[in-house]
This record gives sequence, structure tokens and C-alpha cells, in this order.
Amino acid sequence: MSIARPNDAETQSKDAPAAPTGWRAAVGSGFQQLVRSRPTKPGETYGVPGQGETITLSILTILVFLAVWWAVTALGLVKPLFVPSPQAIFQKFVDVLTNGFTGTSLLEHAGISAARVFGAFVLACIVGVPLGLAMGMSPTIRGIFDPPIEFYRPIPPLAYLPLMIIWFGIGETSKVLLIFLSVFAPVALGAKSGVRSAAIEQIHAAYSFGASRWQVMRHVILPSALPEILTAMRIGIGFGWTTLVAAEMVAATKGLGYMVLTASQFLQTATVIMGIIVIAAIAYGFDMVMRAIERRFVPWKGRM
Amino acid sequence: MALQIRQASVEFPAVDGRAPVEALRKIELSIEPGDFTVALGASGCGKSTLLNLIAGFLSPSSGAILLDGAPVNGPGADRSVVFQKHALLPWLNVRDNVAFGLKLQGSSKAERYAVAEKFIALLGLSGFETSPVYSLSGGMQQRVGIARALTCDPKLLLMDEPLGALDALTRERAQELILKIWSETEKSVFFITHSVEEALFMGTKLVVMSPRPGRIAHMFDLPFSRRFCDGQSARSIKASGDFIALREKVLAIIFADEEEAA
Repeated sequence: MSIARPNDAETQSKDAPAAPTGWRAAVGSGFQQLVRSRPTKPGETYGVPGQGETITLSILTILVFLAVWWAVTALGLVKPLFVPSPQAIFQKFVDVLTNGFTGTSLLEHAGISAARVFGAFVLACIVGVPLGLAMGMSPTIRGIFDPPIEFYRPIPPLAYLPLMIIWFGIGETSKVLLIFLSVFAPVALGAKSGVRSAAIEQIHAAYSFGASRWQVMRHVILPSALPEILTAMRIGIGFGWTTLVAAEMVAATKGLGYMVLTASQFLQTATVIMGIIVIAAIAYGFDMVMRAIERRFVPWKGRM
Repeated sequence: MALQIRQASVEFPAVDGRAPVEALRKIELSIEPGDFTVALGASGCGKSTLLNLIAGFLSPSSGAILLDGAPVNGPGADRSVVFQKHALLPWLNVRDNVAFGLKLQGSSKAERYAVAEKFIALLGLSGFETSPVYSLSGGMQQRVGIARALTCDPKLLLMDEPLGALDALTRERAQELILKIWSETEKSVFFITHSVEEALFMGTKLVVMSPRPGRIAHMFDLPFSRRFCDGQSARSIKASGDFIALREKVLAIIFADEEEAA
């Protein structure tokens, strides 16, 4: 919102009824809208930030996007080489689904990529969550592992990809390891900061009931860290999918990233976009699963 | 179980160039078995620091805390704490929160649920056993916190303003309940409160503390909780002449402290 200066407001409110403080009232009520929450409906709490349903708007956004896309291509405003029509993408999807791409079916491409990403993700969680918790609990372990993790974390995977290839060859190892590294840092750091979620009173209460250090870890710190660990896992798998294409740049013959890269070299824009949408769909589907897991296992998140 | 605090001082070291804070100076206090010791005083007089000291969450800078003659070096199940803010575990339901201490001590599920059930009923929480604790009102959460400490059957119960969040009616009932449990089990209790009336009614020994540095300013022996346990009604105790006289005396001390500080 722009705060209108008196002169501007005067010209704007020429047609408005000439109340003595007309423009002031208008600006004032606009400002009121901005600083005051709207009244609640039954069952709502006043003033909760960002409260309300978004599903209708989200669907509308997608429909508008598709409509604009369709209109632009149908009117021939952009060449299909740059932006193929939505129908062309769908046809390509059906085509690759039935006939495959470079001799490999779409399901196999997707399966290989999913295996790489989820394999790396599972490994990163198995190693990263316990290590992160240990880093949160012990200054010794934090002192040892903080520098290497913080050092490599901001480096783009593409930058150390050549090293991976020199050290581990062009097989699956370097691909999975690259994705593993991109997932590992956020998961470990999430678990580390999750350790701080437990209130000191909760920890003290457990000790005053005779808990051992291990019991406090198991029964208080771990459950309180769970929401943050789950969030870190969601962020981590996102990094995993981002790194997939980089991992499949080298000597891959299968996989969604490989498919997208190869198609781009032959200017098959429809296949590129189709591949991107398939990657996004799998990642989004998994995120839905993770959100369901959050609702199931940490319904108390943010409630106390 | 007898607890002795011998000349205990607590000093928090200087932070960011600010002067070190002397939270407690030369506290001398003993809690005998069956004592109901109430600490009363203005904010910042070190009541919670003293409780943390007894619980073993803090170590004294000088002096000693002795439990049956042995120095306290950390928290233990013989001294359960009820916190100002309940500090419940939101991933457990009411029953599992109440049974939490027994679970830590390794008793079987059937056993600890039976004990939990008893205290859930005692604190008027029956019917809410499987409710998530975050769905309860503040007062009910606080009662879960009290039940949770009682299931551990500690010899010394440490309570840091446990009733502050309760409404007036529930608060009076909780006071009577705690006295009933105390007189039946002969536990020792160390109880912090802001309310003079609550302090006088509940304690056998009243410790009035003063701030900056936190220290014990006065001590009184109190007869009222014994009289309640012998059957006199709470209302007639609180309306009696000696209760009112002592209340005014203690209030005067506390107001003088507040004015000195202001």
C-alpha cells in the first residue's frame, strides 16, 4: 500500500463525496484494514497470523497459469521451441510413458531417480539425525563436526561434483554420495538445533523424577526435537531433488535428470518441461506424505 | 528425610560488563521430616533460586546443602518438583504424563497406571485420562503437574508457585488437597508462593525473604495447617483473630521491602 500524500489524495478523491475529511477517512480505513485483523468467524482465534483456507486460491492460481500458458501458445505468441503448449506436454508425457525415452520407459527413469534420491535421503537420515542429536548434546562432538559440515554446506554440489567423480568414479556411488551430501547437512543441523526445543523445566522435571541422562535424552529431548527433525527432513529431501540433475549429468544413461539434460541438448523442449513436471510431482507427493506424518506424529507441534 | 542448608550463598557471575548478581546470601535453613516450609517474598528475592538449590539444579557458590548429612550434588527422585509453569510433555496424554516419573523409575505399565489413576482421581481429573494435555485448561494442566510429582512419592516435595495459575475456587480446593496429602503421607514440603494468605494457611514454618541480595529476613512457626488437619474448617481459620493479626504483620514486612526497593 502506498501512503498517499495530501496532494495525491486530493486528486484521487475528486469523484468521491466531498466530506470534509474524505480522503483522510479513506486512507484511514485502508490503514485500519492493514493494521487490524478482520473479525473472527466462530471457531477462529482473533489475530492468528495468516489464518484461513488457501486451497481455493491455490487451485485458481494453477488454473490461471494454465489458461495463460494455453492462450499464449494457442495464439502463436511464442514459438513451440521455446514454450510448447500444455497439450503438447501432455502428449509427450503419454508418448514417453508408452514408448519410453532413449529406449528406457518413463517409469524406469522415474524409478531410478527416485531410488537415487530416496536411497541417499534414507542414508542421510540414518547418519545425520543421530549425529545431529549427538552434536546438540555434546560439546565435544559439536566441536569436531561443526567445522566440516559448516564448511561444505554452502558449496553448490555442482562445484564438488568433479571431485566426487575423481574419487569415486562415474558409477552409482558418486551420484548417490552427491545427493547424500546435499541432504545430510540440513538434516544434521536440524536435529542439532532440535535438541534445544525442550524447555529446561521439562528436562528438570524429568531429572527430579529420577531420570538418567539417557532417559532425559530418550523421553524428553528426542520427542521435543521431533517436529524440527521432520521439518529438516522435508528441507533435506528438497535439496536432494535439486541435486538430482547435477548427479545425473555425468555418465548416466537413465533417470529423470538424465532425460531432461539429454532432451535439452536436442532442443526437445516438451520433454524437458514434462521431465521437470514429473520431478516436481514426485517431490510434491512425498512432501504430502511427510506432512501427513507430521500431523500423525506431532499433533502437539506449536501447541504448548 | 532432613534437609540442612548451611550458610549457602549463590552468586551469578558478571555477564557483559554488568556487576555479578548476589542471588542468595548466607541462607541458613533446615527442613525436618513432616515440615511444610513456605517461602514468601517480593519478586526477585531468590525464592526460586533457593528451590533450585534444594532440587540440585544449582550448586551454592559457598556453603552447603545437606540431605541426611550428605551433600546434594544433583537432582534426584527423593525431591520431585512442581513448576510454576507445569512443564508437562505435550506428546503424552494425561495418564502418561502423570505416570511419567514411575516409568522413569522402571515400574510396569499396569502398576504405574494404577498409581496414576489414584492421583488423577484425587486431583479431579477423572475422565480426562486419555486427553492430550495441550487441550486442557491452564488450571487442569497445573493439576496434572501436581499429580505427576505426587506419583513419584518423593520424601520432599518442591513446589514453585504451583497454584498461581488457578482460579480462586480451584486454588482453595487445591490448597486443602495438598494439606490432606501432606498430613496423610507425612512428606516434607517446600512451597513457594506470592500469596500471604496461602503461605500462612499452608505452612508449618514461614520463611519471609527479602531481595537484593536474596536473604531470609524473618521466620515464623505457624499453627494453622495443623489446625486444619485436625478438623477446623479453612474458612474459620482464615477468619480467626491470630490468623488476621499475623497476616497484617507479614504484609507490613513485605510492603516495607517493596518500598525500600522502589
